[in-house]
Amino acid sequence: MDRLKGKVALISGGARGQGAAEGRLFAAEGAKVVLGDVLDAEAARTAEEINARTGARVALGVHLDVTRAADWRAAVESCTREFGGLDILVNNAGIADVRGVEETSEEQWDSVININQKGVWLGMKFAIPAMRKRGGGSIVNISSIYGIIGSPGSAAYHASKGAVRLLTKAAAAQYAADKIRVNSVHPGVILTPMTDTAPREQLQPVIDKAPMKRAAQPEEVGWCVVFLASDEASFVTGAELVVDGGYTAV
Amino acid sequence: MDRLKDKVALISGGARGQGAAEARLFASEGARVVIGDVLDADAAAKEINSKVGVRAVAAVHLDVTRAADWRAAVDACRREFGGLDILVNNAGVFNTTGLEETSEELWDTIVNINQKGVWLGMKFAIPAMRERGGGSIINISSVAGLTGSAGSTAYHGTKGAVRLLTKAAAVQYGPEKIRVNSVHPGIIATQMIDIIPKEQRQRFTAFVPLRREGTAEDVAKVVLFLASDDASYVTGAEFVVDGGLTAT
Repeated sequence: MDRLKGKVALISGGARGQGAAEGRLFAAEGAKVVLGDVLDAEAARTAEEINARTGARVALGVHLDVTRAADWRAAVESCTREFGGLDILVNNAGIADVRGVEETSEEQWDSVININQKGVWLGMKFAIPAMRKRGGGSIVNISSIYGIIGSPGSAAYHASKGAVRLLTKAAAAQYAADKIRVNSVHPGVILTPMTDTAPREQLQPVIDKAPMKRAAQPEEVGWCVVFLASDEASFVTGAELVVDGGYTAV
Repeated sequence: MDRLKDKVALISGGARGQGAAEARLFASEGARVVIGDVLDADAAAKEINSKVGVRAVAAVHLDVTRAADWRAAVDACRREFGGLDILVNNAGVFNTTGLEETSEELWDTIVNINQKGVWLGMKFAIPAMRERGGGSIINISSVAGLTGSAGSTAYHGTKGAVRLLTKAAAVQYGPEKIRVNSVHPGIIATQMIDIIPKEQRQRFTAFVPLRREGTAEDVAKVVLFLASDDASYVTGAEFVVDGGLTAT
């Protein structure tokens, strides 16, 4: 119940899907949560729902386009202004894309790379100074099993998730001295609005290949993120947590 | 001597350093080579041609961040040597700047050259390889695409991206007999890492089990293997050339 008590978290892409699930679990574990998203109304609704359930004002929605430095600056300021600081950043926002190397246009490439990769870097860049003021923190970057293995398509998505995996390790190395831990999470197929954008015939073989032969609920990723965010993971940094029903184990 | 006989290769960043070493070795193994670079690559081409005694190498202007340059470079392969079998995505820039210290401008520059450049190279080379019934693509990543360090943030990001881009392309183009592999050099003594102070390089080298920096030729020999038919069942793989650095 109190695994994140007294901590303040910023979750990108927090309006729905995996980010909203993380927001709910974080609040249930005693954290204050700022949900950043480009979907303003949905972020506000999710925050209200969490507040109603908790019976206190523990969640807040803010506008956050992860590709914009100014939005990140404002989101971090909201954490400090509304809840007194920032301890946890979950770089959760992302978009899926199934196009292959030749089928991808430069516009699509830039869009996927900016949201999934540059957004993660910007989030860390603006969150770290706030965490330093608190004497440490935990950053959880949501990569993917597609940051570990390849598939026939999703070229820009694979590149962005591979980048997040290494950005995580570089940041872990740079900020260990500041007591800021940085880890990556690699979900397989999770049932969220993001995976709804991928054709079912492309998802089903991936689901079938995993030893558990099912997709995950967002909460199953959310609990892993809670662990990494909490002090239970106090010696865990630069690590990769695979949450894929065994997909990459076979 | 003939491990790449009748094959045509395109090497980005071929004017000097690792790219030039690859071109030299490829030409000596019977390949025809187009070297692309933002630097003038004519001198490197001339030097190799006079050594092998035939016109084995042509130089073209190639800014890897520009689709139009890649299209022209692939056209040059067809026009000069009849097609394209091998692409070495070798061009890259190095940078040691840390996470907070990196500006958006610097981030964009590094990501565009090291990462978008690799994707564009594959995008334009693959149709030409398809015409030949297959091919081999070698993407130069780095040990920085495997492990982290306290700095070089954007560089790590790009090299991690290249590693996965390689695997995605290997899966997508396996049925077309186009093999795609990544090479992960450690500390290689080329102009790219001149920005690292000498005493720091010596400290790094002390961690290398082979106790020396690598040479451009050390890497080129691995690239040659992957480019050749000796690697006919090798795709989506990672080749570390680091003197044992990441083994410790």
